[in-house]
Amino acid sequence: MKDTRASEAVIEARDLDLVFETGDGPVQALKDVNLAIGKGDFVSFIGPSGCGKTTLLRVIAALEHPTAGSMTVNGMTPDAARQARAYGYVFQAAGLYPWRTIGRNVRLPLEIMGYSRAEQAERTRRVLELVDLAGFENKFPWQLSGGMQQRASIARALAFDADILLMDEPFGALDEIVRDHLNEQLLALWARTGKTIAFVTHSIPEAVYLSTRIVVMSPRPGRITDVIESPLPAERPLDIRDTPEFIEIAHRVREGLRAGHGHD
Amino acid sequence: MSSAAEIAAPGAGTGRSAPWLGRLGDRVLPVLTVVAAIVAIWYVAAVFLNAQWAEDQARRAGVELSTIELVADTWSQDKPKLPAPHQVAIELWETTAEKAVTSKRSLVYHSWVTLSSTLLGFLMGTALGIALAVGIVHNRVMDMSVMPWVIASQTIPILALAPMIIVVLNAVGISGLLPKAVISMYLSFFPVVVGMVKGLRSPDVMQLDQMHTWNASDRQRFWKLRLPASMPYFFASLKVAVAASLVGAIVGELPTGAVAGLGARLLAGSYYGQTIQIWSALIMAAILAALLVGLIGVLQKMVLRRMGMEAQG
Repeated sequence: MKDTRASEAVIEARDLDLVFETGDGPVQALKDVNLAIGKGDFVSFIGPSGCGKTTLLRVIAALEHPTAGSMTVNGMTPDAARQARAYGYVFQAAGLYPWRTIGRNVRLPLEIMGYSRAEQAERTRRVLELVDLAGFENKFPWQLSGGMQQRASIARALAFDADILLMDEPFGALDEIVRDHLNEQLLALWARTGKTIAFVTHSIPEAVYLSTRIVVMSPRPGRITDVIESPLPAERPLDIRDTPEFIEIAHRVREGLRAGHGHD
Repeated sequence: MSSAAEIAAPGAGTGRSAPWLGRLGDRVLPVLTVVAAIVAIWYVAAVFLNAQWAEDQARRAGVELSTIELVADTWSQDKPKLPAPHQVAIELWETTAEKAVTSKRSLVYHSWVTLSSTLLGFLMGTALGIALAVGIVHNRVMDMSVMPWVIASQTIPILALAPMIIVVLNAVGISGLLPKAVISMYLSFFPVVVGMVKGLRSPDVMQLDQMHTWNASDRQRFWKLRLPASMPYFFASLKVAVAASLVGAIVGELPTGAVAGLGARLLAGSYYGQTIQIWSALIMAAILAALLVGLIGVLQKMVLRRMGMEAQG
């Protein structure tokens, strides 16, 4: 895989292999993964279930450890990067603590990382504003809709100023309308903050709409089959999805997915 | 039933005007119905169980009892096999309201004796239960080794164990409140261990992964995630534990020849065939248990509501 920006890569995988030992024998979750994600990129990982897209994200986050090859995050091992709080991770479910208000949920990582009280309050206010949840600080999670809860969880991941945002199908459980809205907001947020975002999804329109690069993966063994650079402009209104360029990229992604598992 | 409809109607109809009235009616009426049924069955049972004695007495005196006389007699004997509810009620009233609280014949005094060791044992049992649960959740060796013993401890009949605990503690010079409290503790730590282990383990893999991404320490994980997540489980096990603790305190009073406490009242009653006294002590113990469980229920509601979680169970 050619990559001209490898020198300024913040996330870089070389010949990465990951084999899970299971009761039914070894399962090759990732095979020969080579990838470089540059600073400020918005990279989507797309593929059918079992293709290792979530596993790859978890390797970046040091939640899984490769069995061969190497992974660097900000030039460090993933574990060192985790300890340096290099990334915020947004899970599939919002995972807010029901006994904490939205504000105190966002504060949770700040408390753990030992920020002063004044700074906790200031940062919480700022990130809640960023995800359009100002005024909901004292509400409990059950008082918010699913989309609002997921926004709160994004605010929580942003609160401690990590340069990298790892998102694992964060909008997978939401309905289409809410999802469109959140996609739009996420792009605006990305433009404003300049974070590097790695985003796992199984929705083709979502991947094409959001990304500067789309990584197509296929299962058994989990591997990268195509990397598509998006020619779409940075400014992307929702109706860009009706343009020929958009449809062409979506088509290429679909072709890539089909080629990846022809036997299914 | 028509009164139920009348009471429930205002709250149900308007929703706002007096919802507590409707809810109170909805909650109290079923309870009262059950109580009325039990009392009725109790009166009938008293007739059957005490009829033999009444008939024997009448035969000895050479008189013939009419049905009404027979029933009246079964409900007013001095030492009935099964005292009628009103006899127990009168005994309860006489030994609580009409006696000085400090009197040895006051049921309030005896209840306090039992309650004090119940509460001490409950506090000790809760502390022990939490300590063991924290150890089991955080230490693999304790997880493997302690739990089987905790379960085995509860398979020994407490009636067999209680005298030994009293004797052993007496031998090392400990007597009075503490031995009884130890028996209460023995019964009450178990539900707390089981509940707390389940509660502390209730956070899912995602929540633990999340803590890992923030590089949280074990201590932070415990205080910020595991402990708050365990609260609903904690209160559910406290309710079981406090009832078990009361049983432990009463059982602890039985083999010791204790002169005070509900257990002592039960024992004295059975020595002298004072069935009315036995039943009033039993009812008192039940009332005490209900109050203690209710008190924990109130505490649970307050804490969980403050934490933004609805009370469960």
